[in-house]
Amino acid sequence: MTMNREGRPTTPDEVGSTAPDTFTGNRALRIEEPVIFDVGTAEATGVDLPEPDGAVKSRLGGLERSEPLDLPGLAEPEAMRHYVRLSQKNYAIDMGLYPLGSCTMKHNPRLNEKMARLPGFADVHPLQPVSTVPGALELIAECARWLCVSTGMEAVAMSPKAGAHGELCGMMAIKAAHAAHGENRSIVLVPESAHGTNPATAALLGYKVVAIPAREDGTVDPAAVIERLSDDVAGIMLTNPNTCGLFERDIVEIAKAVHEAGAYFYCDGANLNAILGKARPGDLGVDCMHINLHKTFSTPHGGGGPGAGPVVLSERLKAFAPLPYVKMTAAGPELIETPADAEADGTKPFGRMTAFHGQMGMFVRAMTYMLSHGADGLRQASEDAVLNANYVRAGLQDVMSLPFGERPYMHEVLFDDSFLDDTGVSTLDFAKAMIDEGFHPMTMYFPLVVHGAMLIEPTESESKASLDLFVATLRDLVMRAKRGEVDRFKGAPWYAPRRRLDETAAARHPVLKWTPPEPQTADAAE
Amino acid sequence: MTVYFTKDHEWISLDGDVGTVGITDYAQNQLGDVVFVELPDVGKALEKGGDAAVVESVKAASEVYAPISGEVVEINDALTDAPEKVNAEAETGAWFFKVKLSDTGELDGLMDADAYKAHIADL
Amino acid sequence: MRYLPLTDTDRADMLQRIGVAAIDDLFVDIPKDVRLKDLVDLPKAAGEMSVERQMSRMAAKNVSAGSVPFFVGAGAYRHHVPATVDHLIQRSEFLTAYTPYQPEISQGTLQTLFEFQTQVAGLTGMDVANASMYDGSTATAEAVLMAHRLTRRKKAVLSGGLHPQYRAVVKNLSDMAGDELVCLAPDPAGTEALLEEIDDDTSCVVVQTPSFYGQLTDLTAIAEKAHEKKALLIAVVTEVVSLGALQPPGAMGADIVVAEGQSIGNSLNFGGPYVGLFATRQKYVRQMPGRLAGLTTDAEGRRGYVLTLSTREQHIRREKATSNICTNSGLCALAFTIHMTLLGAAGLKRLATLNHQSAVQLADALSAVPGVEVLNESFFNEFTIRTPKPAAKVIEALAAKDILGGVPVSRLEPGNADLADLIVVAATEINSDEDRAAYADALKEVLA
Repeated sequence: MTMNREGRPTTPDEVGSTAPDTFTGNRALRIEEPVIFDVGTAEATGVDLPEPDGAVKSRLGGLERSEPLDLPGLAEPEAMRHYVRLSQKNYAIDMGLYPLGSCTMKHNPRLNEKMARLPGFADVHPLQPVSTVPGALELIAECARWLCVSTGMEAVAMSPKAGAHGELCGMMAIKAAHAAHGENRSIVLVPESAHGTNPATAALLGYKVVAIPAREDGTVDPAAVIERLSDDVAGIMLTNPNTCGLFERDIVEIAKAVHEAGAYFYCDGANLNAILGKARPGDLGVDCMHINLHKTFSTPHGGGGPGAGPVVLSERLKAFAPLPYVKMTAAGPELIETPADAEADGTKPFGRMTAFHGQMGMFVRAMTYMLSHGADGLRQASEDAVLNANYVRAGLQDVMSLPFGERPYMHEVLFDDSFLDDTGVSTLDFAKAMIDEGFHPMTMYFPLVVHGAMLIEPTESESKASLDLFVATLRDLVMRAKRGEVDRFKGAPWYAPRRRLDETAAARHPVLKWTPPEPQTADAAE
Repeated sequence: MTVYFTKDHEWISLDGDVGTVGITDYAQNQLGDVVFVELPDVGKALEKGGDAAVVESVKAASEVYAPISGEVVEINDALTDAPEKVNAEAETGAWFFKVKLSDTGELDGLMDADAYKAHIADL
Repeated sequence: MRYLPLTDTDRADMLQRIGVAAIDDLFVDIPKDVRLKDLVDLPKAAGEMSVERQMSRMAAKNVSAGSVPFFVGAGAYRHHVPATVDHLIQRSEFLTAYTPYQPEISQGTLQTLFEFQTQVAGLTGMDVANASMYDGSTATAEAVLMAHRLTRRKKAVLSGGLHPQYRAVVKNLSDMAGDELVCLAPDPAGTEALLEEIDDDTSCVVVQTPSFYGQLTDLTAIAEKAHEKKALLIAVVTEVVSLGALQPPGAMGADIVVAEGQSIGNSLNFGGPYVGLFATRQKYVRQMPGRLAGLTTDAEGRRGYVLTLSTREQHIRREKATSNICTNSGLCALAFTIHMTLLGAAGLKRLATLNHQSAVQLADALSAVPGVEVLNESFFNEFTIRTPKPAAKVIEALAAKDILGGVPVSRLEPGNADLADLIVVAATEINSDEDRAAYADALKEVLA
């Protein structure tokens, strides 16, 4: 059988509470909140709608709902409290450092939100007449232009809904390009350090995934790629900078070899924040790359989406970009929406990724971010992101372990867990102890290429003072782990809204929705 | 009854030409809490070394390989409702499936208990 | 630059602490000949006032839905969203939180997802729902893939009442993955012979209700035929408010229900971001794509929530995952849940009734216009009209009179002469009597 190398406990140990009980279960500002199904009723509502007109005859064709509608409602003040209390159980970038490697949790400017809510963007329908939306099309075209110029690429498919969707789009463009050349290649090369979405995407399109091992220094060896290239290889999916925080320094050579084999180079753009203004994927030989607008371009993560994943394309792939797209002409922006439009435009779109035009709301936010930064600000942001990561590295390298040594990293730095050897503290415990200190944990157990990985990405949004406190805190935790304060780590977090949760029970017997409590019978009540 | 082991941590216990297959105690220990087991359909033809079942912990899904070629003749349905049995009794009650061997010669390449013990000691 | 806290003094101190002379010493791994020497050719940084001016200029060129009588639907609908919704989703703790991988400090997000899943299951009449998908169209494509996995067959049958762009999305993925697809001809009248297309190779049949053309379908017979052939029925709902008035697909035998949830809590946003709903039967849960929040307890025995069954997902299964999807549409799902909580059952029913009545009144008004025919006998809040002139021209002429009168079918089904005179028209609770009268009057003038 295949073996999980990172087995770790998913059932918490029993621990006692450290504070006296309260009648309500609340702990001052930390207020326990039931689910709406426990407190709302079918009768209550927080919306006043006009009385329906009794004289209008129904035309529902006998399909009126007879099935019960179990949706509890709450009056507005109750709803407000319910969701405000719930919100207070979340960590957020607006509260503190969010050092999640490869996730780029940077500040989300509120100007972005304000612009996204302008009626001219937010209150516009995707299928209202094209003549009534020139500004929306212009926004898409302008956002596309900034992305192309910043990355040195020829075109961009704007419609993918998120990073993984962009990946799918990029790989579809590659598949379409091979098909256009009468080829049907079956293999995609993916390095071991890649995001899980890469192999999942390739497999979805029927490709066989061949893994490329990382070399000692955490980067991809061109020789390992060349060895696996053949006329059956459709492409390579490479993250650059990679998930070890290192720039693939042989990338140009790899791209050249890939192209010589008739294959395409897909770059996972998750880590673009490290190189904007410093290097352009187009100059590195990249054929397509998705851009996570919710990472590099500051659109909010929103507790897990929505994101946006435009895909920039090289000259070799641009003709295959999916529908729809916006073309800038002298007369203004033109929407290419149907295969007939595309034929007239001389392109060969592979198909359509989504209904409508993509994540317009995210384009507006990203555009606002780009205009705010400008070419100089974008470069400064990347420099500061890299500076901050290396500052954290310099502050921690003598007490934590760097699997790839004391060298410059890009925007994130990877530690392994060997500094915790013989302490009885695991990466998981260490991360949970960070929660008690008021920090969100770093990315852990990813990438898989080192043991007990801890991947730290501070982003450019952190001040020096913030980083100093973070470094000092981690140094203190390391010292405590080495001093044998194991219980502090094993029980952590102590001060979060919840202690460690029983993930085993949740997975063995999944409860995925609220169900009404069993009615008590007369016997049971006695 | 003879029990054989694979280097990938499956065991197979032989009764005539029917083998009972499970994962080793070492494997369950490495996986942590097992939360789900996916078993093959009865009647499925297995090929030695091919995917036969899946065992999942919260954070990982692991393929269980067929230690031997043959046809699945029985599966241990009890594991579907109580995957925790894999942690409690990996090498006894928590067998995964029974297979009718198509080539007993394939047993030659497998380890006995002592050899397996030595194998995991090296890991 | 206002978003960058480091000062030049900080930068100099930090470089020194790191032990390098200049920032470019940290970029040494980038081959020298591909390192940018100059700034890229784009404008320099700008302050809030300037950015706001530039953005507002573009926004002002669009006709916003709220500024005119507005009857455009076809998969995205303009509804009134209570002010509370937008306030709450802009709270820092929701807006700027990451995916809830650390459950101890993400209970807010996780509990709202649990509420969302429960609401979606109840609304669709299904056992379980996931924590949302990108949108309705991608959810439909994912549902087809799920049906292929469950049935181990590869042929999907798409009804001609399915939104043409949803069809295109399914077709794209299907073609790329090498699966088989049968697309029935566009079916404005709602009379297609779908049952005949379901055979022993069919993995699933995909039916939208109300259809793209507004037609209502009792799914029961389709479900029966599908199940007889061991195929699955996937029901697609693009107007989720309809479930407040119409029998849910779950009660008519659907195995998977996917929906576009934009109507509840979310703005039109020119097409995105939206929120896909995805619900199915309990027995299929392990083949369902997407995130799931589940109930559990913490080390002190208190109720809490975690992401669960994650072994289905890409970050663990990698190439064996049920989908390559990495995330959900969290904030849009939150908006959905808050709006739904404000409505409650009573509010949703009334909202649905108001929508239906608005459409009935509009259908009456438009069918009184000489030459105009309403195709639908029954409908919810959207229906199809036939006009004596090419629909695209009619819609443009109406727009010139500041009426956004619907979607000409020819925009989505170009090159089909039979459809060139059809317009899909939607009416919701936002439309007033005056709006409807203005539409009928303008249409009369345009057709005269």
